[in-house]
Amino acid sequence: MSTKTEFRTCPTTGLKVDLNAEKLIKANAVAAVIFLAIGGLFGLLVALTRWPEVHLLPADWFYLALTAHGFDVLLVWIIFFEMAVLYFASAVLLNSRIAGPRWAWTGFGLMLAGALITNIVVLQGGSSVMFTSYVPLKAEPGFYLGIILFAVGALIGCCVFFGTLVVARRERTYKGSIPLVTFGALTAAIIAVFTIASGAIILIPTLLWSIGLVSHIDPLLYKTIWWAMGHSSQQINVSAHVAIWYAIAAITFGARPLSEKVSRTAFLMYILFLQLASAHHLLAEPGLSSEWKIFNTSYAMYLAVLGSMVHGMTVPGSIEAAQRARGLTKGMFEWLRKAPWGNPAFAGMFMSLVFFGFIGGISGVVMGTEQINLIMHNTLYVPGHFHGTVVAGTTLAFMAITYYLVPLVFRREIMFMKLARLQPYLFGIGAAGISVFMMGAGTLGVSRRHWDMQFADAILPFDYPSAAFLMMGLNGMFAVLAAVGGIAFIVVVVGSVFFGRKLGVDEKPSYPEVPPQAAVVAEHGSAHSLKIPGTTMLVAIFFIAFVLYYFVNWKYLSEVWPLS
Amino acid sequence: MTEEHKSEDEGLQDDEQLPFMQRLLDNPFLLLFLGIAVPTVFYIIWGIMEITQIPIAD
Amino acid sequence: MAITPPSERNWWKQPIAKVELTWIIIAFFWGLFMFFMMIYWHGAGEQNLSNEAYKIKPEKFAAKTQEMIEAYTVREETGFPVVHPPAGSDVYLTGRLFNWWPILELEKDQTYRLHLSSVDVQHGFSLQPININLQVHPGYDMVVTIKPDQAGEYGIVCNEFCGIGHHLMVGKLYVIE
Repeated sequence: MSTKTEFRTCPTTGLKVDLNAEKLIKANAVAAVIFLAIGGLFGLLVALTRWPEVHLLPADWFYLALTAHGFDVLLVWIIFFEMAVLYFASAVLLNSRIAGPRWAWTGFGLMLAGALITNIVVLQGGSSVMFTSYVPLKAEPGFYLGIILFAVGALIGCCVFFGTLVVARRERTYKGSIPLVTFGALTAAIIAVFTIASGAIILIPTLLWSIGLVSHIDPLLYKTIWWAMGHSSQQINVSAHVAIWYAIAAITFGARPLSEKVSRTAFLMYILFLQLASAHHLLAEPGLSSEWKIFNTSYAMYLAVLGSMVHGMTVPGSIEAAQRARGLTKGMFEWLRKAPWGNPAFAGMFMSLVFFGFIGGISGVVMGTEQINLIMHNTLYVPGHFHGTVVAGTTLAFMAITYYLVPLVFRREIMFMKLARLQPYLFGIGAAGISVFMMGAGTLGVSRRHWDMQFADAILPFDYPSAAFLMMGLNGMFAVLAAVGGIAFIVVVVGSVFFGRKLGVDEKPSYPEVPPQAAVVAEHGSAHSLKIPGTTMLVAIFFIAFVLYYFVNWKYLSEVWPLS
Repeated sequence: MTEEHKSEDEGLQDDEQLPFMQRLLDNPFLLLFLGIAVPTVFYIIWGIMEITQIPIAD
Repeated sequence: MAITPPSERNWWKQPIAKVELTWIIIAFFWGLFMFFMMIYWHGAGEQNLSNEAYKIKPEKFAAKTQEMIEAYTVREETGFPVVHPPAGSDVYLTGRLFNWWPILELEKDQTYRLHLSSVDVQHGFSLQPININLQVHPGYDMVVTIKPDQAGEYGIVCNEFCGIGHHLMVGKLYVIE
């Protein structure tokens, strides 16, 4: 391909778009959606097997499907999509050419090759070691090799992002500081570099061990460094989806951040401390001190949680301020009632915000409390929590922004708009149900990653309480609902991208509508006149729920056997 | 040519008058350094030190 | 807008709205509270991990378990020895593919030093229905001082994936009056 940079001007936003960057965004987004479909299918099979009345797969296929599900959605889907977000937030939002498009394509190729290799190796059946592949469980060398290639490709993508920041600054394609959304993407990229480096550090020796060149990998050391990748990769998500919340608020409402200083400082808390929470996975391990556990699990005194709680106010607050400036000032919630709930981008974004905070966020902090972890570690509470963050939070947000990417970047009109309007609700409510019922089953003790909760063939019998079976049945039903939402998403997006009506060069798509700028640029961002009573109420409800749930779990803990 | 240099200098002067925190937040590579250094020191290095210091059972 | 550069060049000097500042302060102190709550519980609470642990060869841990079994077995149950060690003693429980070895019988309200380790891959010690969950590593002996305060029959489920027979791995523990 030529290295000459060509641009087009977006008729909706007026942004200058580098065609190389646009192609890269498209390729990464398409790859992401394909792996979401594959990983989602495996997820459905897992949920249908864990539904006691259905119990679909045999044991070996269940463990295989669970391994593939974890890898495809926790790593491949989200990181491909994040590459698209990084290129969008750097080249497009900064009006710049993308740095080193050839490198970006190399990275893309490596990621694709790695993802395919690991999937094929897992499907061959000798590598059902779960996504975490804890040593001394051993997978085929190709399993590790695929992940390493994928990680190296993603690292190149991050370098292209940083390079584009440098290019844009040097070529003065923007004035002053980078936009807040780009800053959020920068946060994601920084965490990604740490994540990927950690993954490479531990998986390269593990690859050598599986070939037979290294004799021993310490399981505790492996687990510690592996989670610097495994957990931090989900922190890339958090940063990326918060950036997307801000982006959707801006595109839908013309919302301005309430305060650049506050929002950026909140992202700084992520950059510095979010990654420490990898320790969440090591609270029930031997040999690590309580000092290490408490400092790291609390993200250094909960400073990263502070960042999330700040975004939890500033994102809806900026929407409320924008809506009020437009005259929706009646009562506490007119701005929210009259929000565009039929716009899938907004509906998905707002549900993502609520579910991430109430379900994923609160449960994460509670479970990550050193002692409370004892009554949750490795139970279904853990996947319950992270389906609240990664599925109801990140995936829903990524789906939401896709409804804007299709008309604005792919230049196609959205097909099946009626189905699209319904889609975020199907998927969001399904995902929220999955999270809640798995957390419920976990509270009742049910193990994660387990084929048979009835222990039918075990020598020594044991029965979980019957309520746990009910929870898993409900989990299965909501998983089906989420799967319907997922299929609807694939149908709408794949249909629109390949068969949707092509938009003319200067044609503005009918969707998304761009808010009237005049109302928007008013001084609602200024500190003195800011009135956001609705958001304040939402935040107060959140805080009360958080505090109550926190203490309820200390109460549960205090009832178990004394341990020291 | 000279004009361009002049405006670049002015840009730099502007930046120097900005508060320290804003200059930090505007510097992606400094942030990258901090974002890697903090978890590497507190999570990885401290963690590995503890694991290697676990005593051997009698 | 969040997708455009800040309109003010010097945005750090912009004032913060009162409602935002109030929430930041509340959230900050709540974080501090939660942080110190964990430290407080180490002193005042009864459920803590001492994090006492040793590196140990799997064969050596298996030998220690066997020594205890030989000394204190009281009966047999479906092929598993049921061991009743003296109160206050060191008790060994081995995780292995795919069972927990042996069955322990403990006395209510007595303290035991429970040693957990694995002789093959990682396992998850999940004591049910009380719901205490600990990670068990090969090569590491984790010591937890426990004081069972309810009599009954408990299941020990493996809750870390350990292989194709993972779902068969159930152990048993008795607490008697």
